[in-house]
Amino acid sequence: MQMNKYAERLYNGLVKENPTFVLMLGMCPTLAVTTSAINGFGMGLATTAVLVMSNMLISMLRKIIPDSVRMPAYIVVIASFVTIVEFLLEGFVPSLYSALGLYIPLIVVNCIIMGRAESYASKYPVMLSVMDGVGMGLGFTVGLTAIGLVREIIGAGTAFGIQITPDSYEPVTIFILAPGAFLVLAGLVALQNKVRSRAAKRGNPVAEVSGGCVDGCGNCGNSGCGGKRYPSGQEE
Amino acid sequence: MKELLMIAIGSAFVNNVVLSQFLGICPFLGVSKRVETAAGMGGAVIFVITIASFFTSVIYNYLLEPAGFEYLQTIVFILVIAALVQLVEMFLKKSIPSLYNALGVYLPLITTNCAVLGVALTNVQRTYNILEGVVNGLATAAGFTISIVLMAGIREKIEHNDVSESFKGTPIVLVTASLMAIAFFGFSGLI
Repeated sequence: MQMNKYAERLYNGLVKENPTFVLMLGMCPTLAVTTSAINGFGMGLATTAVLVMSNMLISMLRKIIPDSVRMPAYIVVIASFVTIVEFLLEGFVPSLYSALGLYIPLIVVNCIIMGRAESYASKYPVMLSVMDGVGMGLGFTVGLTAIGLVREIIGAGTAFGIQITPDSYEPVTIFILAPGAFLVLAGLVALQNKVRSRAAKRGNPVAEVSGGCVDGCGNCGNSGCGGKRYPSGQEE
Repeated sequence: MKELLMIAIGSAFVNNVVLSQFLGICPFLGVSKRVETAAGMGGAVIFVITIASFFTSVIYNYLLEPAGFEYLQTIVFILVIAALVQLVEMFLKKSIPSLYNALGVYLPLITTNCAVLGVALTNVQRTYNILEGVVNGLATAAGFTISIVLMAGIREKIEHNDVSESFKGTPIVLVTASLMAIAFFGFSGLI
């Protein structure tokens, strides 16, 4: 019984509420760093690390942090972990650090992390929150790696840096440049719309997921949310 | 002077914050339905980013760097930005209620608009002094405003078009953004 609860969290993050494919959260990094599969993978893991640690700490502190200052408190917790991760990357994986550049400190404003802190970690016990972080983080990693892989194969003809297309294939460079990111995401959202409308026709509509910051931002399919209730934790 | 101009053009057009750096995508897609509100959002962003880049530059150059606390930049910057946005919100609510109503829920979103934090961090990364930092912030925000207003203009027209069912809403906007990004490549010859 106990195991099921944890496994359910993993399943939830990886499949049911996959942050990239279902919730469409954290689109900033999704668009920016997915120029190659390995970059997407690295960014996903960095975000996962921050997410797991911040979920853990916020869940531990959930009875201590006063409600009125919870947002600034969460931000400080998240920003601290982001700084730690940034230093670890700089020290141990300098190549990835320089490839991701500005987007590592920007993990702070990734909607997924704030959203999970607000909607899950602040309400549930530590172990469950950690598993939630692992599930969501891995879901995000899978999403980024998949998008990165698609863009890398079309745009450079390689997968994880190894050439896989025949020499006669002329890479469509635009896919690893900025416009390609928008195009791939457009295709992804269109696909999601298709799946949703088909499911609705068959009579079992895909439930609108109500994660951390879906209201307001999930609909427009993009990132940077968490902000609706954001300023110093006042409720609207 | 020439250097400042280069920074301004580079940030506003060549490295457009939305179309080539993917910062601030949320308001770009969310508030670009009508030109009027898009311009309002752009104005708010210009205001916030310019002030924020001034304050973060001052704090970094005179507080964090001399004290050797550079590693605190992310934490300090995000808190400063959060406080500033709150201030702007209160100011708008009091003095320009019509704009406040138009921007509605999106104003608080500026805090988590990664563009604000992005500019502050870029200023540090490129070791800009305070003046350069403010110019960079102003130009970046102007670039944001240009792209969001353009997008709003296009979206007003798209509404009258017959878009295929799956592509209605966000996907067609993203396709448009993609085409705009290609168009903005043209500016890279400027520098």
